[in-house]
Amino acid sequence: MSSFVLNFPLFMIILCLVCAAVGTLLPRAAARTVSLSLAALCLAAIFCVFLYVYGAGQEFEYRMGHYPHPWGNELKIGILESLFGMAFSLVLFLSLLGGKDPLDRLVEPGKGRFFYVMADLVLVALLVLVYSNDLFTGYVFIEICTLASCGILMIRGNGRTVLASTRYLIFSLTGSGLFLFGVIILYNITGHLLMPDLKEAVGALTASGAYRFPFLASVSLVSIGLAVKSGLFPFHLWMADTYGEAVPTSSAILSGLVTKGYAFFLVRFIFDVTGPDIFWQSGVQNVLFAMGAAGVVMGSVGAIQENNLYRMIAYSSAAQIGYIYMGIGLSADLGLTAALFHILLHALTKPALFLSASRLSARMGGALKFRNLQGAGYYEPAAGVYFTAAAFSMIGLPFTMGFISKYLFGLAAFRASTPKLVLTLLVLAVSTVLNTFYFARTVLRIYNAPKKPPAERQPAKDLPSYIIAGALFALINVAVGILSGPLTDLLGYGLSLF
Amino acid sequence: MLRILWDSRIQSAAVILFAVGFTTLLLNRNLMKKIVGLNIMDTAAYLFLTSIGYIEGRLPPILADGVADASAYVNPLPAGLVLTGIVVSVSVTAVLLALSLRLYKRYHTLDLDTIYRIVHEEAEERE
Repeated sequence: MSSFVLNFPLFMIILCLVCAAVGTLLPRAAARTVSLSLAALCLAAIFCVFLYVYGAGQEFEYRMGHYPHPWGNELKIGILESLFGMAFSLVLFLSLLGGKDPLDRLVEPGKGRFFYVMADLVLVALLVLVYSNDLFTGYVFIEICTLASCGILMIRGNGRTVLASTRYLIFSLTGSGLFLFGVIILYNITGHLLMPDLKEAVGALTASGAYRFPFLASVSLVSIGLAVKSGLFPFHLWMADTYGEAVPTSSAILSGLVTKGYAFFLVRFIFDVTGPDIFWQSGVQNVLFAMGAAGVVMGSVGAIQENNLYRMIAYSSAAQIGYIYMGIGLSADLGLTAALFHILLHALTKPALFLSASRLSARMGGALKFRNLQGAGYYEPAAGVYFTAAAFSMIGLPFTMGFISKYLFGLAAFRASTPKLVLTLLVLAVSTVLNTFYFARTVLRIYNAPKKPPAERQPAKDLPSYIIAGALFALINVAVGILSGPLTDLLGYGLSLF
Repeated sequence: MLRILWDSRIQSAAVILFAVGFTTLLLNRNLMKKIVGLNIMDTAAYLFLTSIGYIEGRLPPILADGVADASAYVNPLPAGLVLTGIVVSVSVTAVLLALSLRLYKRYHTLDLDTIYRIVHEEAEERE
């Protein structure tokens, strides 16, 4: 394979933008085909890139235009970048494939195509966040991602979703503001925006001891800004309203992809801008760890109190974001491996939960309260099985990805300091019990014999696309849960190359 | 300390403006004031960027009179970044304004607490 493959990420980014522009002119069905093919093509192209980079065993800097750094703009093409690019494309593909029905039911016919346009824009933003080597380009695409995800949320167009999107946008913009200011301070003290130059300059600054306070401020602002955008506790309050009101497909894309993109960008910031050692000297990781640990517990507590299926899953999302940031704050090697694994786990699980929940609820006449969902698993067997599989993975039962993730967190905790070890184990134990409680409650409820058949039962609709997407979500989850070795090795290898 | 603050007075002002905008965006309950806060916040960031990009006594970065030495000109990059940033904040403001307009048409108020109350009451009526 020649190095021509290294052009693929840029080609995909441009293609996504073109498809988004073209999609606005197409009818809904055609726009959907374009989006699906785009995600599949991205998956295939990035897989080629991944094979090439893995074979070469090194990372590549891809110069855009003819100017070398520090003047030009660059992409960085490495193993982890390609792995996450693939994962994001795959999850978007499966979410769009399985999420057709709620979109058709809940969105006005004339507006459907815009959903797919926004999905294309989310994909391009994620690809740039994954690959870009330039902080300011990162900022611009963070904002594109924010606007596109806001569009995805408000596509339903009723008052409550507009309110929820407004709330999401406000939270998200405070996060971007913090991030932008952090980047500007960093640019002020180093004079660079490209990551390789920044890393050099940051190393020199730390060695000389100059600008210690502005540097600390900048690292904190960037980290907290991205954490706010991911919805880390205590900034998770928008999640329940937003995911509770939006079209389930929107919630799937937002919780599975958008919030993860920011977390991955933070990992790249830690490795490519500050370097793990300097980041760990700053102490910001302890703040992230504390917020993450609190988020895990508070998210689970929120989920237990909920009586509404979507809102419960939303609170569970807040808890999973907590896990990711807890891992980032835990340690530079194993903690980050656990965090990255958890990003993949959550990206593959949460969309499956939202889409299955939407099927179950639609079958029971749109009911979302638990008592009205009784027996839904019998009427909608496929959705019931997929929901159960995803719920087991969230709890962390063996033979699912969730188990491996909890195992990795435990392993990482034993390499960390004693207070973090105790706290992590405590949080793991408490959250597993709480997770089991609220997911088992739901699974038992949907498999309880219904007292009387629901009056508003919708006629059975054959939906092969949903069956395939849900089956793939569940299969990947279980397959990785059983054969997790190669993936965790790959994450560790990718981190060592970073 | 005061000396440092005075030397970097524009940056200090930018930080204060940023804090004002940030708290308004996050805490004010009125949507219009939130949008104004957002713009103050973004503008403060651009003020900071512009102020560090300007070096006194140097020329604008346009090749003139055959002076090819880079040290005669200011760095053009901050200005470019500010332009990009302005485009971003204009589009974000536009979207937020459009959302506010729709909320106003639906609920006849711009106060978020009132909107929450109405939504809550509607939800209870639905049950």
